[in-house]
Amino acid sequence: MKELLNEKLTKQFPNIQFEVIEQFGELTLKFDKSAIVNVCAFLKDEDGLKFIFCEDVTAIDWAIRKNRFTVVYHIFSMENKFRLCLKVDVDESECSVESVSSIWKAANWAEREAYDMYGITFLNHPDLRRMYMPEEFEYHPLRKEYPLMGIPGAIPLPKK
Amino acid sequence: MGLESKLINDGFFTTTVDALAAWARESSVWPMPMGISCCAIEMMASGDPKYDISRFGSEVMRFTPRQCDLMIVAGTVTYKMAHVVKKIFDQMPEPKWVIAMGACTSTGGMYRSYNVVQGIDQFLPVDIYAAGCPPRPENLLNALMQIQEKIGKTRVKDFPDPPHVSHEAKQNDLSLSKN
Repeated sequence: MKELLNEKLTKQFPNIQFEVIEQFGELTLKFDKSAIVNVCAFLKDEDGLKFIFCEDVTAIDWAIRKNRFTVVYHIFSMENKFRLCLKVDVDESECSVESVSSIWKAANWAEREAYDMYGITFLNHPDLRRMYMPEEFEYHPLRKEYPLMGIPGAIPLPKK
Repeated sequence: MGLESKLINDGFFTTTVDALAAWARESSVWPMPMGISCCAIEMMASGDPKYDISRFGSEVMRFTPRQCDLMIVAGTVTYKMAHVVKKIFDQMPEPKWVIAMGACTSTGGMYRSYNVVQGIDQFLPVDIYAAGCPPRPENLLNALMQIQEKIGKTRVKDFPDPPHVSHEAKQNDLSLSKN
């Protein structure tokens, strides 16, 4: 499967640098965020690959690294019984990445959650609202600088 | 069988309205089961035949706040949920009481985090805190008995009529004006 992926991707995207990492018994591909929609659409539709199931879209906050965030996609191919992890780096100065919800509908809510918790904007998302926190909440609680106990008064309580 | 068999021939009791009203209130506390998380399971267990909350006259769990006297807040209250809990509490008719069931409800419990209210007494007038994670049904029944004790000490004048005009008073006014 790894060879097949390698062959197909290098043939289809000769200009994109894929970093291949194998960890936790899973194959991870790391590449530039500008290619995310094209690569995802290819992985989903190409015969022999057919990664039709988007299991999760989430993010990692590295706090002090240059490219502060990593957006992680877990996708699964029913046909090959193969799970693949995609990673793209996002910097805080340009905190956005193209949405893949047009490819997998399941990514819609997962991207909303990542937006709610990390403040990463998913461009061309059909409905980018907060998932868990109240609409008027101003922070992104899973960012490393957000204190565990929250900021007092950030979420109002009803009057006694 | 009981006392009533000794009082067959026009037997009667004397008591005060205060005592009678308090006795009636404490013996039929209808709970609003505000079951938000795992404490709700123990709350349900306290309704089953083994623990049997109906021994205390509280088996009538109403799923509408308008028919309840006692709100059992059973579970972790998040900031988002707090507004819902408060809204339901406001819909309950006076007089009303609140049990904070379990560690999360009373203090935030193990959720020392930005999203969980660290004790519902920040926005509700709590009468009894039931300790435990979750409290066993005996503990909830104990809390209920303490509520009953508290209600037993109340007087009718503790619960004055609300300021708005009642339906009967309006009817009386109408009939008087006709005459």
